Amino acid sequence: MYQLKAVDKKFPGVHALKAIDFHVERGEIVGLVGENGAGKSTLMKVIYGAYQPDGGQVLIKGVPVRFANPRQAMEKGIGMVFQEQSLIPNLTVMENIFLGYEQQFVRFGVVDWKAMARAAKAQLAKVKLDIDPGMVTSKLSFAQRQLVELAKVLTLEERVKGDLVILLDEPTSVLSKEEVQLLFKLVRELTTRASFIFVSHRMDEVMDLSDRIYVMKDGAVVDVVARGGATAEAIQHKMVGRNVDKQYYREHLQAPYDASKVLVEMDRVGLPGRIQDISLKLHAGEVLCLVGTEGSGREAILRTIYGMLSATTGQLRIKGEDAAGYSPRHAVAHGVGYVPRERKVEGIVAGMNVYENMTLSQMKNHSRGGVLRVAEERALARDWIKKLSIKAHSEFADCGNLSGGNQQKVVLAKWRSGGSDIMLLDHPTRGLDIGAKEDVYDMIRAMSAAGVGIVLVADTLEEAIGLSHTIIVVKDGRIQKQFACEPGAKPTPYDLLHYMI
Amino acid sequence: MTRRLSRETLIKWAPLLVLLALVIFFTALNPTFFSLRNFARIAIASAPALMVAVGVTFIIVMGSIDLSMEGTISLTAVAFAFIFAQFGGSLGGMGWIAIPLVLVLGGAIGLLNGIVHVKLRIPSFMASLAMGFVGTGAAILLTGGDIVKVSDAAFRGLLTVRWLGFPLMVYIAAFFLFVAWFIQTHTTLGRNFYAVGGGEDLAHASGLNVTRVRVTGFALAGVFYAIAAILVVARIGQAESVTGSNFMFVSITSVVVGGVALWGGIGGVWNALVGVLIVGVIDNGMVVIGLPDFVQDGVLGLLVIVAVVLSTDRKMVSFVK
Repeated sequence: MYQLKAVDKKFPGVHALKAIDFHVERGEIVGLVGENGAGKSTLMKVIYGAYQPDGGQVLIKGVPVRFANPRQAMEKGIGMVFQEQSLIPNLTVMENIFLGYEQQFVRFGVVDWKAMARAAKAQLAKVKLDIDPGMVTSKLSFAQRQLVELAKVLTLEERVKGDLVILLDEPTSVLSKEEVQLLFKLVRELTTRASFIFVSHRMDEVMDLSDRIYVMKDGAVVDVVARGGATAEAIQHKMVGRNVDKQYYREHLQAPYDASKVLVEMDRVGLPGRIQDISLKLHAGEVLCLVGTEGSGREAILRTIYGMLSATTGQLRIKGEDAAGYSPRHAVAHGVGYVPRERKVEGIVAGMNVYENMTLSQMKNHSRGGVLRVAEERALARDWIKKLSIKAHSEFADCGNLSGGNQQKVVLAKWRSGGSDIMLLDHPTRGLDIGAKEDVYDMIRAMSAAGVGIVLVADTLEEAIGLSHTIIVVKDGRIQKQFACEPGAKPTPYDLLHYMI
Repeated sequence: MTRRLSRETLIKWAPLLVLLALVIFFTALNPTFFSLRNFARIAIASAPALMVAVGVTFIIVMGSIDLSMEGTISLTAVAFAFIFAQFGGSLGGMGWIAIPLVLVLGGAIGLLNGIVHVKLRIPSFMASLAMGFVGTGAAILLTGGDIVKVSDAAFRGLLTVRWLGFPLMVYIAAFFLFVAWFIQTHTTLGRNFYAVGGGEDLAHASGLNVTRVRVTGFALAGVFYAIAAILVVARIGQAESVTGSNFMFVSITSVVVGGVALWGGIGGVWNALVGVLIVGVIDNGMVVIGLPDFVQDGVLGLLVIVAVVLSTDRKMVSFVK
């Protein structure tokens, strides 16, 4: 009914989708699994019209179609239930359901609220939600909002001739077990009205709900499994199975760390709703990798060490000192550096040039009485531009105009030049091409050799395994398992995945 | 890439080109415009406005806005006149003490402004607007609505004593412009303004004390408003509760026309200078060619819209609140 034929999508430096063949039949529930970065979200964006494929065909009932935007896709019956909910919190439930389609209730320029409420009530009945459609959305629970979102997508039924395809992006990630079961029951009943594409990190749920499962890896569909056609282990194996080039991650450069020198120590640290009972030690020269799915608490651990979140229970010690009540300012003063995932938001100031960005966290070292020694800053920047072979025409280059890899180098230089010896790296290679990734791996090895302790949240499992001395698997805010990763005796992705999901 | 660069270059130099074009335009219509006497007139009119514009530039670079200048100027001007009289009413005697005291007062008002904004978490435009009203009210309270004269010859020398055709106050304004430039480019504070304006989350994540930067910025702006107040008193020889009026429109117009981005992070004191001169030249030029002053306000208003339209990359801004 809905079909993709050899669909291709490229971004600068990344081949995101490679000749994807995909189809959904009427009333079918199709699962979609893959690691972070395997191309699931790109594929979904192509399906609901946010991206246009570069090659291949999209067919509905055998007829080729092309969507310029999500609205056009909706008019052909393709709806999306977003992971990050797309309801506007200060509007009422019915206004949200009919957002952008209020015209049907307008008489002589006036909205007939009663008619809209009646219609909204009918939509909510489809998802068995008995609430007042005039309620303000922010008052609903998370699970209720998810259902409202589903009801909103189901309004397509009345508007569109033909069959519906509804995408569910990680719909269960914040629901309780009972809520998940209710949602699944509902989705199964709704197959009389629509087909579903279900994306989730939780393998058991995907296997429970889906009629067929597409397994994606590196932008390609590597297998299609029918219900009962494979065990969870077999599917997981297909998601990650890849021969890793040991050279790629500089494994031969991995040296043992100094176990006598503890830089960061967390003792049963907890933060309600984020992490619980986290105990770990980071040593000088150690690369400690936090592994887990999105939202498992990896980031919260990083941010707690950096002082952006403060733990409510347990103890955090940085270089032996109690770090309770720390702010990022204190953390920086104690030699902690943080390379965030969102370079544009927390990594570099676009509009400021290279040397200004590099010294931003350490202006005290280059000033007296608040007056900066600019010549010194520039010399430092020139030095690091050379050291890391940053491609910038000079230290005056606007960081906003550098490529992603070079921006990342500037961020790393910012902390390293300031003498940080505890580095927190959150997806340092995200969005970088292969060459730039290798540069980052080299830098991580060099830092480790220089006695810097590194807490890493890696982009892929291979990266985590290849780079780290120690791997800690986190799930639902708790540490599941700790692995030692000496070269030659590293765990496999499959070992880790087992504890992740 | 080249297109983007040329666009950036254009935006960078556009204000200066506009200024040159205006000078040529008015000179063509009336050659007396292009004379030292007339330039001195423009400089005198622009000197206090320049100080206000420089002060508010720091705030706008931080991505905030300060609307307290009118109240702050009125209050500091009146306070200056009173303190000056209190200490003998002469710059030759103890009257000079009024100058540092008033600068401190301006800084204190700005500090309060910043604290209200940051600690009570009130948007800067609202906090500063309210503080401005408080300042104007305090000025009325002090004067009872009267005008306070300052006629000390030594102090008025700021206006009357000329050097190379320009009165002393113009050099004083130039000196403080230089100070502002030094703060902007050579101090951690100046760098912090740009970091906060360019990305507040980032500044925080780099370990900056964003709260302190903001409060300090407002205090610094207050000091510059106080300098402006002293220059105004020197120019007109009196202080009253309406001394500060019209400075809000003129200064913010100047800063924006000069090319400082309202969302923060871009521009600086040179932009403020060029903007103040554009506004000064238009004001003066319209008088020289004989247009009524209400036309001037209209033209300035249009100019602000044009400047913002030119300087905003609307592809980047999804919606405007």
